Amino acid sequence: MSTVKFTVSALALIAASATAAAARDQVQVSGSSTVLPYATIVAEVFGENTDFPVPVVESGGTGGGLQKFCEGVGENTIDIANASRPIKDAERETCTANGVTDIMEVRIGYDGIVFANTVDGPDFAYTPADWFNALSAKVVVDGKMADNTAAKWSDVNPELPEQDILAFVPGTKHGTREVFEEKVILAGCEESGALEVFTAELGDEDAAEEACMTLRTDGKSVDIDGDYTETLARIGSSPNGIGVFGLSFYENNTDKLKVGTISGVTPSTETIASGEYPVSRPLFFYVKKAHIGEIAGLKEFVEFFVSDELAGPDGPLAEYGLVSDPELAATQEAVANETTMQ
Amino acid sequence: MTDMPMSNPVSGATKGTLMQPDARTRRRNAAEKRFRIYGATAIGIAVLALVVLLFTIFRDGSGAFRQTYLAIPVELNAQVLDPKGNRDPGEMSKVLTLGYGKVLDAAVEATVARENIQIEGLTEAEIKGLISKDASAQVRSRVLADPELVGQTIEVDVLANGRVDGYFKGRVTLASAERDNNTSPQQLMLADELRDRGLMVTRFNWHFLSNPDASDQRPEAAGVGVAILGSLYMMLVVLFLAVPIGVAASIYLEEFAPKNRWTDVIEVNISNLAAVPSIVFGILGLAAFINFAGLPQSAPIVGGLVLTLMTLPTIIISTRAALKAVPPSIRDAALGVGASKMQSVFHHVLPLAMPGILTGTIIGLAQALGETAPLLLIGMVAFVKNFPASPPEGLFDPASALPVQIYNWTQRSDPAFIERASGAIIVLLIFLFCMNLLAIYLRRKFERRW
Repeated sequence: MSTVKFTVSALALIAASATAAAARDQVQVSGSSTVLPYATIVAEVFGENTDFPVPVVESGGTGGGLQKFCEGVGENTIDIANASRPIKDAERETCTANGVTDIMEVRIGYDGIVFANTVDGPDFAYTPADWFNALSAKVVVDGKMADNTAAKWSDVNPELPEQDILAFVPGTKHGTREVFEEKVILAGCEESGALEVFTAELGDEDAAEEACMTLRTDGKSVDIDGDYTETLARIGSSPNGIGVFGLSFYENNTDKLKVGTISGVTPSTETIASGEYPVSRPLFFYVKKAHIGEIAGLKEFVEFFVSDELAGPDGPLAEYGLVSDPELAATQEAVANETTMQ
Repeated sequence: MTDMPMSNPVSGATKGTLMQPDARTRRRNAAEKRFRIYGATAIGIAVLALVVLLFTIFRDGSGAFRQTYLAIPVELNAQVLDPKGNRDPGEMSKVLTLGYGKVLDAAVEATVARENIQIEGLTEAEIKGLISKDASAQVRSRVLADPELVGQTIEVDVLANGRVDGYFKGRVTLASAERDNNTSPQQLMLADELRDRGLMVTRFNWHFLSNPDASDQRPEAAGVGVAILGSLYMMLVVLFLAVPIGVAASIYLEEFAPKNRWTDVIEVNISNLAAVPSIVFGILGLAAFINFAGLPQSAPIVGGLVLTLMTLPTIIISTRAALKAVPPSIRDAALGVGASKMQSVFHHVLPLAMPGILTGTIIGLAQALGETAPLLLIGMVAFVKNFPASPPEGLFDPASALPVQIYNWTQRSDPAFIERASGAIIVLLIFLFCMNLLAIYLRRKFERRW
């Protein structure tokens, strides 16, 4: 052990003596893998069109990115954290404790969550209630709370195809999982009236919501901890499977996937922008105000990201699958004024 | 002894001579035969697995080394590209790649019209979508480098869109294009026409080795250039730190250190460290080099330091084994003719142990070259587009690494990146193959027999 200890300190010394000269001249970004493709597209175009170096964009998940973001202020911490959900209070507290106080929140647009099966499979027209009845651990049978025994989609809703239930849902570390639980499963729980039954039986609404969002563990619902590429591979090997994807991923793989409708609405950038398609969520990134002026090109990058040419409805981000924000002008103004979160 | 009468020559002539194996010998022979079959089967399974793996990688990845280009004349419209008309690069740089995109769109449309290609149902967007988004950046940097080009018509070789390229490589078919939102059968038929006229060609793609990574929208422009450079820088750091430290530590431990409880503890710990999961070294690197020493994120120097710590135990263990393999008689002879302890080690033992040390070092380096997990925590699993400068400053610039690039590409949504990832695996395999070949060569060349 002492050899290693000696080595570490020797290496650190060598390294530390060499760093004095090296100041960081590129923006560093980390966070959500959903925002990653958009951030890389912007970074690439930013590098091409300005004299600043191309920002370095890491993917580490929303939680991982915000954790790095909140480590402190200074050159060897990141400047921007991408997030597929708003920052949590606990994360804000960590940030404040480490001196990261002035944070700018920038909403870049919306992302839809779609349900798709293999392209040769049958057509699906779901409602949130179908998803709740198919995947929740507890459902209502004869007005009572009971274990979910549905085996085929047609057991849940006679109008759905007679296909075995098998769903690939994002694992709990994904920001997408939260949206799926709240906007699909919980919405379905309410819609089908199960929430009332659960509340009556459990005597507590919070417990009832919790019961709604607990997915069954008998192999019908499979958590995917990897990326959408893994979900796609799983669907390839089990054609009965139905996967939960981001809209942009589906848009890039329409030759392999067939998307299902929710309450009769087909997901697209238009139906999500108009609010007809119910399952969508805003995408954000967070900027350390203290780094503006310290890191060359940071403010320019942020302004470039939310400019009409990029994040607008005709820009490359929309082309890739981002639902552009109708209130983009307000975001641009907030960025220009460096407005921080309260 | 009671069996003796049984084996007398008279009865032996009738049964159980050495020429005719008895039941027990037959069983023994059969057992040996079975064992050989088991061994051959095991090797067969391993070889089969390797062949299947290599076959799939080469099948999926060979496409990355070929790329489709479209040769078109582009009229550099002065009104769009230099609205003030003073040919000042500073002023002209205000025209973004989006402006150049329009110029290129017009050029592609003009080419299609000039070649008089008529395809039913072909839309304007499909014609524009024929070329890569990378083309506008390519033309813009060319014009900014030579502003006098504005107003002229230049011949450019632009990358074809990833789907069109995939069509020529067999990844995209007319049937899949029917369902694909990003291309259409009409677009692919147009590509066929252009190929028949010799404007669109698929040729060897050197840029795959020299280009940096590209965003999700332009897989056709992505390459492993930055990743190769980053891996090379990290290997340099590992070579310059791990080898001297590792060899010095093992020589001391093997030849000079007293054999007591302390050296036993160190020995056990080194063996333990060799088995520690590599991500642990990443955590250590984040805490020691980035948070404590203040080194930059995503830099090859930090990656190199982390990989140094990871390879040190491997190098120490193999170096000690190589030193142990030198017969004690060599040391005794050297000491016997009056050499000091140090002279006997450096003049006699070390040269004889060299092939083993070199092999161990190269295998340690090869292991470090293929490592991703420890780089995850120090910010090297990232999208890096700029090439790092030349060392030593370049060691502090952000860079990627080959295994990281493979990992990144397998997560992208565009299927063209799967081909790129397999291509990068081929590049990595070639590097590993060369390193192992070098290890075998050095061992053969310097090996001594007693």
